[in-house]
Amino acid sequence: MARFDNLLESVGGTPLVGLPRLSESVGGGTDVRIWAKLEDRNPTGSIKDRPALRMIEQAEKDGLLRPGCTILEPTSGNTGISLAMAAKLKGYRLVCVMPENTSEERRQLLNMWGAEIYSSPAAGGSNEAVRVAKGMAAEHPDWVMLYQYGNPANALAHEEGTAPEILADLPSITHFVAGLGTTGTLMGVSRYFRAAKPDVRIVAAEPRYGELVYGLRNLDEGFVPELYDETLIDSRFSVGPRDAVRRVRELLELEGIFAGISTGAILHAALGQAAKAVKAGETADIAFVVADGGWKYLSTGAYEGTIDEAEDRLEGQLWA
Amino acid sequence: MAIEVRIPTILRTYTGGEKAVAAEGANLAALIDDLESNHPGIKERLIENGDLRRFVNVYVNDEDVRFIGGLEATLGDGDQVVVLPAVAGGAR
Repeated sequence: MARFDNLLESVGGTPLVGLPRLSESVGGGTDVRIWAKLEDRNPTGSIKDRPALRMIEQAEKDGLLRPGCTILEPTSGNTGISLAMAAKLKGYRLVCVMPENTSEERRQLLNMWGAEIYSSPAAGGSNEAVRVAKGMAAEHPDWVMLYQYGNPANALAHEEGTAPEILADLPSITHFVAGLGTTGTLMGVSRYFRAAKPDVRIVAAEPRYGELVYGLRNLDEGFVPELYDETLIDSRFSVGPRDAVRRVRELLELEGIFAGISTGAILHAALGQAAKAVKAGETADIAFVVADGGWKYLSTGAYEGTIDEAEDRLEGQLWA
Repeated sequence: MAIEVRIPTILRTYTGGEKAVAAEGANLAALIDDLESNHPGIKERLIENGDLRRFVNVYVNDEDVRFIGGLEATLGDGDQVVVLPAVAGGAR
């Protein structure tokens, strides 16, 4: 379907695209194939349009949100942009809490769509943004915090949307690979496949940042999203900026897809699964998520110069 | 058998400020016992009630040990072990 009554109606229904050259690069091609789910084709350019819209619709259904209400959310980017678009169209005010070291483009985009931004200290990363937002929610009981890290509607958007779309396009799927942030994508997609096709392996790619991001973190005050259920994941990989940058460049070079840096981390894990399948002589159809395009990350310097230079520039940045 | 263990900033008080230390062990539990013998006090920060602490993530060659046997995860020469605090991630 290519005609919609309005922009919100057009969320989801993204293409699944084969990556023949990347598949061949790890020894696959016919028996082992890699597929990209192009979530950058959503209205604001990221996968987050799905959970943002689903969380707002659920809050409306539950009677929490009425026109004129204020939505509060800890978000350093894509979820905020998605919420801002939906809030504008539906008549809500949006307040975003984000770490001060997130990219300039994201701030500009949030401003364009009319969101108000509160900065939280860089040192605490997203953990700190969550903490600050929870404090603000307590001060403003009339504001509605959708709270993507714990809102079941986040995962439901993927259980009812992303996952069935992938299975319809790739009935032979053997692996699903996505980034681990709020965990919503992996939780929702896994729940669907555990019921519909339980042999599909669910693989998480988790960004590993520079030391500055973890630096002051006390081990007793860590953060695990409330949505996270370890039993829904089969493998979990930590991917550093070097591998993420290398892969995001390969994706552009070999397949013409210009993706955000976190997608490089996801692709790295997907290629790892592909190489493993090739080595074991197994057939595999591996679907992974292209979470967003690279536009918002140009100023990070990830796409310029050598990999070493890009790695240095990403040190201390929340690149995913 | 030498295994490189990368230590997060917050635990470097136990390793004399070292970012990475060498340790030995056929599995993660043995490795952590070996760490403890050279860097007393560190085990208690990693393990609680016989399991990894909730906000401590340990990776062997970039794979989360919770999915490859936890404390029983087997180790071999040249493996790299990374210890990191659990964080909320970035661009959400």
